[in-house]
Amino acid sequence: MKNVWGLLAEFATADELVTAAKRVREAGYQRAEAYSPFHVDGLAEALGFERNRVPFFTFLGGLFGGIGGFYLQWYSAVVDYPVNIAGRPLDSWPMFVPVTFEMAVLGAAFAAVIAMFAASGLPQLRHPLFAAPEFDLATRNRFFLCLRVDDAAFDARRSRELLESLHPMRCVEVKA
Amino acid sequence: MAGLKSPAVSRDIGVLHAGWSYASISDKISDLVLTRPVRWPWLAGFFGTFAGTLMFLGATGYLFAKGIGIWGVDIPVAWGFAIANFVWWIGIGHAGTFISAILLLLRQKWRTSINRFAEAMTLFAASMAGLFPILHLGRPWFFYWIAPYPDHMNVWPQWRSPLVWDFFAIATYLTVSLLFWYMGLVPDLATLRDRAHSRFKQLTYGLFALGWRGEARHWARFETAYLLLAGIATPLVVSVHSVVSLDFAIGNTPGYHSTIFPPYFVAGALFSGFAMVLTLAIPLRKAFGLYDFITDVHLDHAAKVLLATGAFVAYGYATEIFMAFYSGDRYEIAMTIDRWTGAYAPVYWTMMTFNVLVPQVLWFRRARRCVPLLFALSLVVNAGMWMERVTIVVQSLHKDFLPSSWGIFIPTMWDWIILAGSISTFAWLFLVFIRVLPAISISEMRLLARESVKEQAA
Repeated sequence: MKNVWGLLAEFATADELVTAAKRVREAGYQRAEAYSPFHVDGLAEALGFERNRVPFFTFLGGLFGGIGGFYLQWYSAVVDYPVNIAGRPLDSWPMFVPVTFEMAVLGAAFAAVIAMFAASGLPQLRHPLFAAPEFDLATRNRFFLCLRVDDAAFDARRSRELLESLHPMRCVEVKA
Repeated sequence: MAGLKSPAVSRDIGVLHAGWSYASISDKISDLVLTRPVRWPWLAGFFGTFAGTLMFLGATGYLFAKGIGIWGVDIPVAWGFAIANFVWWIGIGHAGTFISAILLLLRQKWRTSINRFAEAMTLFAASMAGLFPILHLGRPWFFYWIAPYPDHMNVWPQWRSPLVWDFFAIATYLTVSLLFWYMGLVPDLATLRDRAHSRFKQLTYGLFALGWRGEARHWARFETAYLLLAGIATPLVVSVHSVVSLDFAIGNTPGYHSTIFPPYFVAGALFSGFAMVLTLAIPLRKAFGLYDFITDVHLDHAAKVLLATGAFVAYGYATEIFMAFYSGDRYEIAMTIDRWTGAYAPVYWTMMTFNVLVPQVLWFRRARRCVPLLFALSLVVNAGMWMERVTIVVQSLHKDFLPSSWGIFIPTMWDWIILAGSISTFAWLFLVFIRVLPAISISEMRLLARESVKEQAA
């Protein structure tokens, strides 16, 4: 199976793809991938997707932004550039709230977007799938399931049989 | 036969008409960008607004060369059109993120087909808004002094000033709106990449699509990140115009110094923002034949939001008047009476008519379904909201505590040119946007088509 990246099956509906994803998961495939033109609820979970780290990193980004924003104001107003305005307290924290809030939002937003792309391995402009026939329809109206060669459960003959048993519109090899 | 085996074809659910499949939705929206020939109405609009953009740039150049003395501003009215335009534009920029974030969290299906261009509108309006405080500076080349950075002068921004908060709020709002918009665009850029025929388009869209291939795990993270962004953008939307209003409310000038300002400004922002959504949606769906995606239901809903936010704005006006008299403060009372009868009374009464009286026709369903009327009304509301900003900024300043320091503000030609120029630039950016990027979210429309079928089955 040299020069092959995976076996790609094409389906017409999202429901067929979810069913197929569940079947290959039951058959022991750990690295199977599915492609759809929109977010299909439950599809990633059917393939065994569990650890979504985006919320954690978003929280971290918000925390970092908020603490950083507050520290920036506190440090500059109290330590580095204290200005005595009629004896008012230097550490006037209620006045620091708006900027702290904005920085927390900014940090969380950047973290959410960066974590989403980074965890997905994007940007990745070159990918074997882009050369596969009809794969351009994955962003239009078709649903694909791919069994990867580097999956422990992959076997050239049995994997094809499994995919064929799911009645795809077509089933092709993806060249590496 | 529907559901399991055959590909979904949408049913009529009001916000999406029947007969649309994933393929036809994708083709319809992407062909507007990829294959639709350039026609003369667009070209006329493009060159017309481009001329206005050049005029704006020219006027800005002249402003930078001569200084803000070319405007009508002086003491006591040191804040003239520039600040009114700033507040007006940033208000218009509120509807986009409101639609994409708050309506997403509220699971409003009618947001799907309008969120993309409304977000673009937000970006362009917020960009126009961001320019005005800089144009308004006496020494605009030092505008970055408001940002905190270690410099050899050893000074820091004054963190207790709402002007500094404003800088952070606007900058954050622009950045987060851009992230939100771009992230939502990525799957659609992948669609354009896969459907484009010319190498140049494939490369350009492909680069910006970042190699998106619609993998299920990517979608799951995408969905999470999108919801989280919506969640954090929700308080952000509310915070931005609240902070803008504090620029005024923290000052002790009668007409500025009011605790109703933050909510009143936010309501006004949504009011003008939804008016602008209507101003853009109505010609957009006509020009591109998008009647099945942007339906009369959308316009009806937007009109209802207009009616509701208009009611908040009217309440704000009433509270200002009530509080002026209830406080017994002679300066507040004098300011209020001057609004009614003084030099700027025509602006005030036109504003009242445009923002409070005229939108009341929206109580009637027939008015909400009458497209030409809605379009006219949206223009009226935007004009009314601009007058509100001018009333707040100019009228309040022109008569403060000491009669000896009273003065009048009369806008010069340059005030008008820069206002018109900013509107032109906004329109130009929008016209470019609708030809190079999908004006409606393709992937979300596909999902809506799927949901329309499921809804029917359930």
